[in-house]
Amino acid sequence: MKLPKNAKWCQVSKVKKKIKSPYSYGLVAPIAIIFLLFFVIPTFVSFFFSMTRWTLFDWEFVGFENFIQYFKEASLAIGFKNTLIYGFVTSSLKVVLGLALAILLTGRLRAKGFLRSVVYFPVLVSTIGVGFTFSVLLDPNYGAVNKSIVAFGKMIGWETYGPGWLVDPNLLPLLSVSFVDVWKGVGMATVIYMAGLAAIPQEYYEALSVDGGNAWDKFRSITLPLVRPATASVIILSFIGGLRSFDLIWAMTNGGPGFLSDVIASINYKQYQAGFYGLATAGNVILLLFVLALAGPLYMYFNRKEQQS
Amino acid sequence: MKQIMKRAITLALPVSLVFGATVALPSQAADTTITWLIDNSQSNQDVAKALVAAYEKANPGYKVTTVLRPGGADGDNLVKTKLATGEMEDVFTYNSGSLFQALAPSKNLLEITNEPFMKNVLSSFNPVVSVGKKVYGTPFGTAVGGGILYNKKVYAKLKLKVPTTWAEFMANNKKIKAAGIDPVIQSYKDTWTSQLFVLADYYNVQSATPKFAAEYTAGKQKYAKNPAALRGFEYIEELKKLNYFNRDYASTTYAQALERVALGKGAHYPMATWAFPQIAAQTPNNLEDVGFFAQPSSKASVNGVTVWVPSGTYIPAATKNAEAAKKFVGWMTTAKAVDVMNSVEGFAGGPYYIKGASIPNALPGGVKDLIKYFDKNATAPALEFVSPIKGPNLEKILIEVGLGITTAKKAAAAYDADVVKQAKQLGLKGW
Repeated sequence: MKLPKNAKWCQVSKVKKKIKSPYSYGLVAPIAIIFLLFFVIPTFVSFFFSMTRWTLFDWEFVGFENFIQYFKEASLAIGFKNTLIYGFVTSSLKVVLGLALAILLTGRLRAKGFLRSVVYFPVLVSTIGVGFTFSVLLDPNYGAVNKSIVAFGKMIGWETYGPGWLVDPNLLPLLSVSFVDVWKGVGMATVIYMAGLAAIPQEYYEALSVDGGNAWDKFRSITLPLVRPATASVIILSFIGGLRSFDLIWAMTNGGPGFLSDVIASINYKQYQAGFYGLATAGNVILLLFVLALAGPLYMYFNRKEQQS
Repeated sequence: MKQIMKRAITLALPVSLVFGATVALPSQAADTTITWLIDNSQSNQDVAKALVAAYEKANPGYKVTTVLRPGGADGDNLVKTKLATGEMEDVFTYNSGSLFQALAPSKNLLEITNEPFMKNVLSSFNPVVSVGKKVYGTPFGTAVGGGILYNKKVYAKLKLKVPTTWAEFMANNKKIKAAGIDPVIQSYKDTWTSQLFVLADYYNVQSATPKFAAEYTAGKQKYAKNPAALRGFEYIEELKKLNYFNRDYASTTYAQALERVALGKGAHYPMATWAFPQIAAQTPNNLEDVGFFAQPSSKASVNGVTVWVPSGTYIPAATKNAEAAKKFVGWMTTAKAVDVMNSVEGFAGGPYYIKGASIPNALPGGVKDLIKYFDKNATAPALEFVSPIKGPNLEKILIEVGLGITTAKKAAAAYDADVVKQAKQLGLKGW
């Protein structure tokens, strides 16, 4: 696919010359100090504390013992698996639904502005609030969801209690949380896609119409390839978000029942809760490396593809 | 896009304002005011209010401001953080036993071994708030017993006898199930409630293995390898296999469970007697329908109750109001303060550790059931008061057993591994 010279994203990624910063050191010093104080130093301090037995009151250096202990954690295998499932399910659904919604909301539609706000609104609501609300809605006995299912079941003569969305002893609790995450986060993906769609010149669609292409051809041959940068942003943002996600899971299931919906972040939090501060810090260092190991290659892959095209 | 953001921000702002608002109380300059941190359970809030009112009335010029904290693991972290940053209130109430030991008492707390008010406290309390010979806390409230709450009406209707052995208990359950009532209630939505079958079994463990606590602390006893200790795990497994739990036990809350046992929708609920104030508040008309018995054992000759020693009240070493704090803590050990606590309805869950303390006449029947075990001297402190070790994941591991995700044997081994982690983090020897 050859792109026209005036396409903006091409220009940005191709400029790789060394540019002398137009800002003096004096101007960037304040933010540099803040960056150093609140980002760089804590990161290195956390590397140090991950190698200590730390009670908040005092610490003792123990080398890599915390890391060894962390990998012995019984629920860790579940945690890694769940983290991957969660990251994959949420990011792929956000791509599919986000693109579909963006196409819908940039099309011919009444009250477009209002509908766009509606899609975006869940992004702005507190995650904990969303979590608690949905855990009430999904309660197997008293929740609105299962009450509707039971009522509907009665109508068609089907005895059922409805599924235990957040308490079933299988994969269901994790998936329930993922769907809520998608509901809450899809607005962000939609907005990114809407910006991507707006950047596609209308002439391409007109040209394809002249050649006799239908709506599906337009989507497959023009929209999909040309929103690739938007897709890359959505996948990377939501995949990293999914990998380190914690608040929603904690609000809805506490990682339970048992350890079934534990992710790495919730395992780490539980170590903090138990007062194993050194061990928990080691867990966070591992989470950092895990996210880097997965998201780094993904980022490079999309970046390279982008430059080739 | 810009518009969307604008609208969203105008919508979001008032919400954050509401949540961010705090209320500051004015204080009079002439009075000595101290602060007191206590957990936010309803019964503790009620009793704190009554105690502070009585104290301020008896001691003009002294004021106490109560500050609430969450319970459970979040409360643990808050207390530790406050101590580590020197921002702890002048007086605070917190668990005794293993959780107290994790506060690094000799560094963070004020020693009160030789304070005159210590003569008011029964010396049997001191070990759970001491490091070596140094005492750091006074008892707050009463001891409670862990065991089984049962519905007396269900028992009367089905002509059942209070069981002392597990076999008798299971025979009762069979009849209860046949009558269409849930034999045993579980409430896994509040995860901590899953632990009672194992924790309240400690009286039985100790009678089978008298040196269990010391050997356990030294790493020589394991739940998976000691058959008596393993029983607690197996109980849950057996009940699950026979389908004796309430249908929705995975999502039932503590409050719902108490309501069910009070109303007779379920016959048994493994719980401690600290539940009675809440039963009195939720279902006052059914308070007397709930009785209590000790966790059944494998032998009829062994029948006693596992006891939770009261929390302690401590003074942080960093306080600037040590004298006023001691005055308040000392006052709380007096018989007068006990009378105030007794006047709060449903507060007393069992005996006090204060000399000359009276026990109120109007105790709930369930608490009277508990006191019978004290009269027979058939009690043992829960393991967490005689060993610093308690793994943080016990509640989740037991939920796995209850849901049938794992077996009792595997769960016990998993808990043993959990405990190793804690012992290492505590820096204990021999692990």
